[in-house]
Amino acid sequence: MNLQGKKVTLHDMSLRDGMHAKRHQISLEEMVNIATGLDQAGMPMIEVTHGDGLGGASVNYGFPAHSDEAYLKAVVPKMKQAKISALLLPGIGTVDHLNMAKDCGVTSIRVATHCTEADVSQQHITQAAKMGMDTVGFLMMAHMVSPEKILEQAKLMVSYGANCIYATDSAGYMLPDDVTARIGLLRKELPKNIEIGFHGHHNLGMGIANSLAAIEAGASRIDGSVAGLGAGAGNTPLEVFCAVLDRMGVTTGVDLFKIMDVAEDLVVPMMDHPVRVDRNALTLGYAGVYSSFLLFAKRAEEKYGISARDLLVELGRRGTVGGQEDMIEDLALTMAKNK
Amino acid sequence: MSKKLKALIIGPGNIGTDLLMKMQRSEWIEPVWMVGIDPTSEGLKRAEAMGIKTCATGVDGVLEHIVKDDIRIAFDATSAYVHAENSRKLNELGVIMIDLTPAAIGPFCVPPVNLVEQTKNLAMNVNMVTCGGQATIPMVAAISRVQPVEYGEIVATVSSRSVGPGTRVNIDEFTRTTASGVEQVGGAKKGKAIIVINPAEPPLMMRDTVHCLTETTPDQAAITESIHAMVKEVQRYVPGYQLVNGPVFDGKRVSCFMQVEGLGDFLPKYAGNLDIMTAAALRTAEMFAEEAANQSITLPARG
Repeated sequence: MNLQGKKVTLHDMSLRDGMHAKRHQISLEEMVNIATGLDQAGMPMIEVTHGDGLGGASVNYGFPAHSDEAYLKAVVPKMKQAKISALLLPGIGTVDHLNMAKDCGVTSIRVATHCTEADVSQQHITQAAKMGMDTVGFLMMAHMVSPEKILEQAKLMVSYGANCIYATDSAGYMLPDDVTARIGLLRKELPKNIEIGFHGHHNLGMGIANSLAAIEAGASRIDGSVAGLGAGAGNTPLEVFCAVLDRMGVTTGVDLFKIMDVAEDLVVPMMDHPVRVDRNALTLGYAGVYSSFLLFAKRAEEKYGISARDLLVELGRRGTVGGQEDMIEDLALTMAKNK
Repeated sequence: MSKKLKALIIGPGNIGTDLLMKMQRSEWIEPVWMVGIDPTSEGLKRAEAMGIKTCATGVDGVLEHIVKDDIRIAFDATSAYVHAENSRKLNELGVIMIDLTPAAIGPFCVPPVNLVEQTKNLAMNVNMVTCGGQATIPMVAAISRVQPVEYGEIVATVSSRSVGPGTRVNIDEFTRTTASGVEQVGGAKKGKAIIVINPAEPPLMMRDTVHCLTETTPDQAAITESIHAMVKEVQRYVPGYQLVNGPVFDGKRVSCFMQVEGLGDFLPKYAGNLDIMTAAALRTAEMFAEEAANQSITLPARG
């Protein structure tokens, strides 16, 4: 693979996707320290939000240690060069949350829908674009449908005003060829001024390989997280990815040793559990299940005595999508009744 | 003389047609007019084939027939954008408006919780909240009538096929309106609503999860009894309303896992979210008719 001379924009997820792995309990101090470390390392974009996006604070997804507003107000003013983004899932967050994030100094908004439901993002994308924000359409669970369907949905988001489209491997299910097919078609068919991005999960250990495939197929933005802190087996570990890209001659603008230090000195010590491909995270990737279901399934296992792996396999079989965390306890109750 | 109240349906789409089919079985409501804005609409053709008078020039086209045909109840299954005008014009003629749009200009109505109150007050415009609201607010109310609910949260999961373009283009309205219903009718101090759309094939049945946080330790026996009683109340007009799991008690959290299977009149059975709206709207109208028949309310006078 020859990526020599290419440029990519890296986007850190440790303070948003990483919130899943921390049960949304990252402290303001940790959030500021990590963001500051990343900023100094030259990370161009950092996402700061509840794991399930703006307005995600809930019984269903978990109440965070602090509100989105408190996190954003703590982090944004400390940034020297990094842009802070926020995630928004229509159906959970609203335009009111979007406006709040803008007021806190968020300059990039990522509006996420299931990969077949892009038309619920119209009011949020339109509003973000109208306010002059970097507006990203984020198609989740992109492994579940064909590249052609992803393109159709991406075009809707572009028509609402998105300037960048992501194919998102929320389940960490994709193999490099799956990534190439989706990113390649988006790059070929969408206008040149629309950027393409890829967001991976490491559940099958494919975070780095898939992200490289994405760059080769035309993606110019890649999500990952420092030390891999994210849902499931985490996101593409950015310090590793930076080293690989450096070896391959791809420009990222990120200082490798500095980001290594952020991973080792700040993020790893903060982890509640090692973020790795354990059997349950592997099951997510193997069965194609939304990565943030991991800890919910483990808790249901503890409470109801049903194996997390069995729960995840069944949720995959049922075609469960992002946001259906409530179905985990429900399924565990049903399986416990039938035992 | 028939005790039935005569009705007008505005909007010949899926909801309007399903409503019409349910209404044909009603002992209290008689469908007379179906109104649309497109003369080639399938819905209007279907209504005509069922022997209903139709009009393709909107509400304005039927105004002259309202008093003559003794229309007393109207169901608006169009959109929030046109509802206010439809309501104003028909209210002026003494027609009670049942609003199935998210406009919510009138008070919310969730039949087993506050229908009696709305009919006794002869509210001239009642709003049916949202599908998620109809499916979950009864459960919130079942808990809050036992003890104070600090926070009520509902998660509605619906099949992609059952979510129309109107909901999609303004999904925020769903979350906001449902959350206010959880507060105002459900009785939670603070409400939150989440909607998840699932495209699985075959389409999944509507699922709803209700999480409440009570102010003090929940009285498990009383809440369980209240919830089961409330489920029976909803089943009177939506037989496929079911408590799948729960109530689960975890500290101050009380959770119920519901499934709503529709009757499959015009809309498929999986579209329990749409069915519970049409069934609740019809139940509301029937209550007005019953109250009028036993003279506990007096319908607006007509010369």
